[in-house]
Amino acid sequence: MAARFAVSRWGAAPAVHRGPPVSCRGWSGASADAVYDVVVSGGGLVGAAMACALGHDIHFHDKKILLLEAGPKKELEKLSETYSNRVSSISPGSATLLSSFGAWDHICNMRYRAFRRMQVWDACSEALIMFDKDNLDDMGYIVENDVIMHALTKQLEAVSDRVTVLYRSRAVGYTWPCPFPVTPSSPWVHITLGDGSSLQTKLLIGADGHNSGVRQAAGIQNVSWNYDQSAVVATLHLSEATENNVAWQRFLPSGPIALLPLSDTLSSLVWSTSHEHAAELVSMDEEKFVDAINSAFWNDANHTDFIDSAGTVLQYAIGLLKPTKVSARQLPPSVARVDAKSRVLFPLGLGHAAEYVRPRVALIGDAAHRVHPLAGQGVNMGFGDISSLVHHLSTAAFNGRDLGSMSHLTGYETDRQRHNTALLAATDLLKRLYSTTATPLVLLRTWGLQATNAVSPLKEQIMAFASK
Amino acid sequence: MWGGGKLSYSGGRFLGVLGPGCRSSQAKRPRLTSSAVYSKNQLSWTVEIKPGVFNEYRTMWFKSYRMTFSCLNRMKSYRYPWTRPYSTSQNTVDNSEVKTFLALAHKWWDEQGVYAPLHSMNDLRVPFIRDNLLKTLPNHQPGKPLSGMKILDVGCGGGLLTEPLGRLGASVTGIDPVDENIKTAQCHKSFDPVLDQRIDYRACALEEIVEDTAETFDAVVASEVIEHVLDLETFLQYCCQVLKPGGSLFITTINKTQLSYALGIVFSEQIAGIVPKGTHTWEKFVSPEKLESILEPNGLSVQTVAGMLYNPFSGYWHWSENTSLNYAAHAVKSRVQEHPVPAEFVLKGETEQLRANAYASPGMHEELKK
Repeated sequence: MAARFAVSRWGAAPAVHRGPPVSCRGWSGASADAVYDVVVSGGGLVGAAMACALGHDIHFHDKKILLLEAGPKKELEKLSETYSNRVSSISPGSATLLSSFGAWDHICNMRYRAFRRMQVWDACSEALIMFDKDNLDDMGYIVENDVIMHALTKQLEAVSDRVTVLYRSRAVGYTWPCPFPVTPSSPWVHITLGDGSSLQTKLLIGADGHNSGVRQAAGIQNVSWNYDQSAVVATLHLSEATENNVAWQRFLPSGPIALLPLSDTLSSLVWSTSHEHAAELVSMDEEKFVDAINSAFWNDANHTDFIDSAGTVLQYAIGLLKPTKVSARQLPPSVARVDAKSRVLFPLGLGHAAEYVRPRVALIGDAAHRVHPLAGQGVNMGFGDISSLVHHLSTAAFNGRDLGSMSHLTGYETDRQRHNTALLAATDLLKRLYSTTATPLVLLRTWGLQATNAVSPLKEQIMAFASK
Repeated sequence: MWGGGKLSYSGGRFLGVLGPGCRSSQAKRPRLTSSAVYSKNQLSWTVEIKPGVFNEYRTMWFKSYRMTFSCLNRMKSYRYPWTRPYSTSQNTVDNSEVKTFLALAHKWWDEQGVYAPLHSMNDLRVPFIRDNLLKTLPNHQPGKPLSGMKILDVGCGGGLLTEPLGRLGASVTGIDPVDENIKTAQCHKSFDPVLDQRIDYRACALEEIVEDTAETFDAVVASEVIEHVLDLETFLQYCCQVLKPGGSLFITTINKTQLSYALGIVFSEQIAGIVPKGTHTWEKFVSPEKLESILEPNGLSVQTVAGMLYNPFSGYWHWSENTSLNYAAHAVKSRVQEHPVPAEFVLKGETEQLRANAYASPGMHEELKK
């Protein structure tokens, strides 16, 4: 064959050479295994939403989709009185995705809280940034994870002719197809389940969390490290009922503390702090816990005169250049008590898969990227992955393409890696920047925050990026 | 550019069966048609015995030259004098093209291999076919937009275009004269239960489909084929014959211009190696005007001609206003019957005569009756 001059558009290496070689042997097993078009491994928020979105997609009407979930089916007969302590901040873009397959209606019928403003400020200075939508749009929604799951389950049942959900099923083994087999062998991915049964699929989507089995089995490299922080979540009762449509976040040197509105009298706490402090917080008695929260938001002990005066100087300068309203620092509502048994902690870390796709495999959600909760973007990035992947798969299906073909999978990967890498880097940078009390850095971030707050177009850009 | 083309045997060793409505000038020759097709290289000997009955014929394939003797023996049992094939000029398969495609018969499904540009051409040609066919359908099922349509993919090669059309719900028949190509295609579709049912592959030439008058198709696709056939007019006539009235003919091919020589032959084949050497011959390229001039008299009215451009660096194709390199054409068969009725009666009479001659041996008669 003549020398190939054409540059492969996936870089010089064909897909086989991506990452460490993974054993791929021709499958000689039962060809009576069911062949699915798409198998989604992992039935969490992102996995279930992916299966739902594909099931409702018009070009997938004659395709077979399978969702594998290791846990049992969660039936939510009636919405419980007490709010769950695991909540997510849903951006408007994610809300659009959820409404595209009818899950948002179910959520609206249950409960959610819209917030219009967000105040983020520093513990070491007066600097703050206030995100505010001029038009009366919502900035985001706080929804309990259970509510979202229930809405997704309902919508999955609505398309049960196309989407099969297997509960209590865990995939224990994967066999990858050879990219260009010499001997005729099945070109599909073979999945062996815990109960011994096996199935084949044209496309495997890994949505199984940050310790993704799919990612590990595919041999995809993962850049990850653990933060020296754990997050404490709890459901809090406010001292008095307020309009409660503002999200509050304060950067303490030990980590950010956030108060997210759930209702007029309830808010959700997400406090990222050192492992020891987190363990202390979870075990201390209620009163001390409530006091700790209130003082974390109100205490100015970390202020220094130098930084304060430096901040005032810049504020004055900004006032001269741009005489607009200067938003004074507001204080979040005070907390009266905490729901019993709602205090939980979980460790934090960062992770990013070097590749989101391989032939016949795609990673979405936490399997592809894991982020610090300080920006409230974790599940939104996952929903963004879903939007992009469904768009690419839908176009591919309408063009009669093989669903596992790299041509559209790399399109998804490029789309999302660009967006996610930027967000991951920014979040990690913010986390590190705000973890210190060293004066030069405090000065830098004080001035940076004040300047950003003053430049409205920049704030709008940030809000737009985070709302996708 | 290239593709599992219609192969034409320049040695004239292939006899096609005259289809219905053929020119009466051919009526003088005995219609009996034994046809032998062989490739110089591989010594695979394919013999087709076709008596002048349009609906029944026997096809036999042999794998080595030694088999010719057993072939002759079988011939004897039919009491059929196996005459040396002679050209009736109804063949469309070009012998010289076989060599190129036989060597690459296993490489069809390597998406980054030799056929990579054809894989990425699907991004253009599948929507082109799909959208033009959907215009003719009053409503379509979501998920299977082409369901209910019968499509013939002439020169399907390894099934690169056949499979996407099958996935869109159509019942597709893929034909290719190169046996190895059909084998590769069969093997590839066998793993997908849905495609297995919707697609049917046959290793034959268009002539054989034409004989089988029971089959007519809603659409005929000849993608990257007409620049490989021996007799373009006949080929396009056959395409027209197998189309239902109002059916669509889709063609993608290369224009015959100086630019296509410079880029399509010199650059692609000799310099850059995008296309294997010897795949194309510039003399056989067809310009849209010539194509139209052949299609129009046959009752096919050209609806669209659109240029396609390949970017060798990105590996993607793009639609273009410029048709001087590659282009795609869509023609629709008119709904009015074109052929004069008397000619058919003449043909029928001759058929009866031939039938009488051919069925000299009762044994053969039995075989054919099967």
